[in-house]
Amino acid sequence: MSAPPKSTKRPVKLGCKSVWKIFGDNPSEFLNQTQNPSDEQLAASGMIGAVRDANLDILEGEIFVIMGLSGSGKSTLVRCMTRLIEPTAGEILFEGQDLLKADEKELIEYRRHKMGMVFQHFALLPHLSVLGNVAFPLEIQGISLAEREKRALEVIELVGLKGRENYFPSELSGGQQQRVGIARSLCVEPEIWFLDEPFSALDPLIRREMQDEFLRLQSMLKKTIVFITHDFDEAIRLADRIAIMKDGKIIQIGAPEELVLNPADDYVAEFTGNIPRAKVLSVRAVMANATAKEFGGKVSADTKIETLAAKIIGSKKPFSVHDGSDIVGQISANKVFSVLAGQE
Amino acid sequence: MSSTATSFEKPAERSTNWWMIWGIALALVLICYLIKDTIPWAFKYPRSWTIPLRFWISDFMKWLMDGLDFGLFTFRELTRAIAWVIEQPYWVAKSLLASGFLNGRGSAAIEIFPRLPWVAVIGIVMLIGWKAGGRKLALLAGGCFLYLAVFGQWDSAMTTLSSIVISVPFGVMGGLLLGIAAFRSPRFNAALTPILDLMQTVPVFAYLVPILILFGFGPVSAMIATIIYAMPPMVRITILGLQQVPEEITEFGRMVGSSPRQLLWKVQLPAAKQTLMLGVNQVVMLSLNMVIIASMIGAGGLGFDVLNALRRLKIGEGIEAGVAITLLAIALDRLSQALAKKPAPTSEAFQGTHRNNPLKAYPYLSAAIALIIVTWALGAFFPAIQIYPESWEITTGTFWGDMVKWININFFDQLDAFKNFLLLNVMIPFKRFLLGLPWIGVVILIAIAGAQLGGWRLAVLGALLAIFIAIVGLWPKAMITVYLCGLSVVIACMIGIPIGIAAARNERLHGIVQVVIDTLQTLPSFVYLMPVVMLFRVGDFAAMLAVIVYALTPIIRYTDHGIRNVPQHLIEAATATGCTKRQMLWKVQMPLALPEIMLGLNQTIMMALSMLVITALVGTRDLGQEVYIALTKADIGRGLVAGMAIAFIAIIADRLIGAWSKRRKLELGLE
Ligand SMILES: Nc1ncnc2c1ncn2[C@@H]1O[C@H](COP(=O)(O)OP(=O)(O)O)[C@@H](O)[C@H]1O
Ligand SMILES: [Mg+2]
Repeated sequence: MSAPPKSTKRPVKLGCKSVWKIFGDNPSEFLNQTQNPSDEQLAASGMIGAVRDANLDILEGEIFVIMGLSGSGKSTLVRCMTRLIEPTAGEILFEGQDLLKADEKELIEYRRHKMGMVFQHFALLPHLSVLGNVAFPLEIQGISLAEREKRALEVIELVGLKGRENYFPSELSGGQQQRVGIARSLCVEPEIWFLDEPFSALDPLIRREMQDEFLRLQSMLKKTIVFITHDFDEAIRLADRIAIMKDGKIIQIGAPEELVLNPADDYVAEFTGNIPRAKVLSVRAVMANATAKEFGGKVSADTKIETLAAKIIGSKKPFSVHDGSDIVGQISANKVFSVLAGQE
Repeated sequence: MSSTATSFEKPAERSTNWWMIWGIALALVLICYLIKDTIPWAFKYPRSWTIPLRFWISDFMKWLMDGLDFGLFTFRELTRAIAWVIEQPYWVAKSLLASGFLNGRGSAAIEIFPRLPWVAVIGIVMLIGWKAGGRKLALLAGGCFLYLAVFGQWDSAMTTLSSIVISVPFGVMGGLLLGIAAFRSPRFNAALTPILDLMQTVPVFAYLVPILILFGFGPVSAMIATIIYAMPPMVRITILGLQQVPEEITEFGRMVGSSPRQLLWKVQLPAAKQTLMLGVNQVVMLSLNMVIIASMIGAGGLGFDVLNALRRLKIGEGIEAGVAITLLAIALDRLSQALAKKPAPTSEAFQGTHRNNPLKAYPYLSAAIALIIVTWALGAFFPAIQIYPESWEITTGTFWGDMVKWININFFDQLDAFKNFLLLNVMIPFKRFLLGLPWIGVVILIAIAGAQLGGWRLAVLGALLAIFIAIVGLWPKAMITVYLCGLSVVIACMIGIPIGIAAARNERLHGIVQVVIDTLQTLPSFVYLMPVVMLFRVGDFAAMLAVIVYALTPIIRYTDHGIRNVPQHLIEAATATGCTKRQMLWKVQMPLALPEIMLGLNQTIMMALSMLVITALVGTRDLGQEVYIALTKADIGRGLVAGMAIAFIAIIADRLIGAWSKRRKLELGLE
């Protein structure tokens, strides 16, 4: 996981502008009449505000995690982004183009070539083999059998399922099934990759393994990713940036570190409170001004305290903190210990 | 046949005093009796008030056939075209299985090419069995077909089978397409649902009359009736199957950029395949049932043999043909069920590498083709391979005939006494009572029951349907139907509920009961007539017995299922409070299972009504007889009106019981 350097500004891949999704009778009229309805107004008219005024920008090449408890509207939001669900109001900008204005044909083109999606319960087709499943998106595009199977075999190998091409979904474990789901969604080389709680249906051990696998793939592929989870640990592990949702609203967007250091409200603090801070905080967040003459070692400003701890133990002298080739500060073993001890 | 949401509204308020309303209504009925002479119209619906609906319908049909012209073609030409489309594949199937490919007609026909040798047919059936379910199924199916050859039923059975192999694909495809349309368009679905409801309650004979008129006497008519009859469950199962496809799978299909057509054919339908195959099984079984019944309009085959034997009271022959139908039914049911339940494919079975070698990719198909070629070739030299030699046939006809004779000689007095006792003490008094009720009173009582159970809409529906029966002049016959159906159902419950309870409490019995009722349910309704006619000859009593046996299965099944499905935590709680087994049954399990048992009762009534129509063949005098007479006289209006009357009785019963059961379930928090 490499956090994007703060300085370079990446282009926005996908943007949501004031996106609303309300379930109920005639929601658009309701939304026109009551601008920005409150909880009470929604409840009084029997509406469900699944997504309420969502604004966010997903940058090219980042892992953007949407985190929230079950029912907070994550799935609905991501389905609005792909237009699997028609938003009640707002704009979805894909590379600056409003997706909501695309007609059926354009939408099919977007989905065929630019988007990939992984589902919580895998959504594999039971009547197709692993090979058939992975090649399916290409089949839909009308690509010849030989070509699509060649491409599918490459992706199957990429996700570590080589040798199981002819297995059927019912013969695979949950983790393997989701690998098929991942391979299938990567087969078309999408530009943006949506994963809706891809690991939530898996056992904790397998889940960890799959998270590592996911990071390994991303380090090779560098996709723009929207990743949904209800598990804050998972979010912290994977995210470049996290959006926290509650009751359809986005409460806070920020890098894991920002959320831990400056939770927007008690609700966010509730999540971040249980996270060992050394895991999240980078050296940059706790370093002091560089005053020492001599340093015990060097460390990059984006290194997590947890990673630094093993190296700095026993060092009497502070380490110099680097951002590229510049020295931007220093950090001492004591400082690291106090973070580890939860005092910072 | 569940009650639909339309008939279930907010149950009436608790504050309504239903006791008083019922009391007043009953008092009204009683007053009717006291002033019977001043209001005779309330008892006997006046002839001058009836609406000649049946003549209107007949005239309309006449106009359709003779007058309707679409410009390019007439209605008659349209029906001819439809018949032609079905006739072609039927001709091929029949030539292949039964008659051989003939040139010319009648006795002058010359065989150009022989039909499939019996050895080949049995071999193919066994191969299908093997592929679908392994060796045991292969032996079972092969054995059933061998019986057909050995006992001289081959020709008839193959005629029946040709109708089925052609009707089933039409029924499945038609049902699939309608189901897809309904799944995609809620408006179409809303329009289709009541039609399906009606089709499943209108008795089968009633279909036969218009089809007879439209398409003439013969196998094609019979097949059209069969297709129409077998299609509704396929439509329902298609809708259900598509609705049950997990949302994520549909979303996946859309996310990879499927066109609507790709989404349906490549994603949703394959994902629903398991459910759809259950529908295919149902279509097969219903087709068999109907092909047998449709022998009345010229289907020929095994049904015709049974019908013929019934008419001439040739019990032995009838039983042989009946057993043949039974075995054919069992073979077809097990084969199609095995195909339906076949799990999703596995890598072992998947011969991806054999793609270029059809022998290895399709071993069963290759074996079947090889078998056909070899037996055809050998059959040219050894006729015994081609056609099962008559000298090898065994007939049991005389044996069965003698046995029945023996029973009738030795037990005639006992059987007759039993029959007379029931007739004199139960059946006839009940019939008199029902016939004596004022129709207007019955309408009111139905309306009140509807209001109490399901709200005013149900009340209006029930009253209107009942009034319809009176208006078309069928009230007395309808009452006889209610009497026969009612008694049969009561007796079926008295037998079925205890069996269901016992089966729910004993695993071994449960297993046995399951096998028996599964088998009973595969039997075409015609078969049930044979034994009762054998023992009790014709009349109400024989009819009632056939109806009871036929309608017994659902009440047993639902009772068993209902008791088994009582939530475990309630059982545990009851055990913890120290319930004895008996208390558990009567205080916990039965009350909680009652809604489910009522659904079983509902099904039992529906099955009883459908069987009643068929028992018209053994001489009842109810609405079924009316339909049957219409069929023999090809009187379309008469048949349809009587058919609708039966359907309306069914709908009234279905909606009332359905509403009650739904309400009770809500009260018990089971839904
Ligand atoms: N089709 C729908 N109709 C009505 N309400 C819905 C529908 N889909 C989701 N909701 C409601 O919207 C809210 C958000 O759901 P969802 O996006 O699935 O949450 P999450 O994915 O965060 O668990 C929930 O309250 C849910 O009940
Ligand atoms: Mg979700």
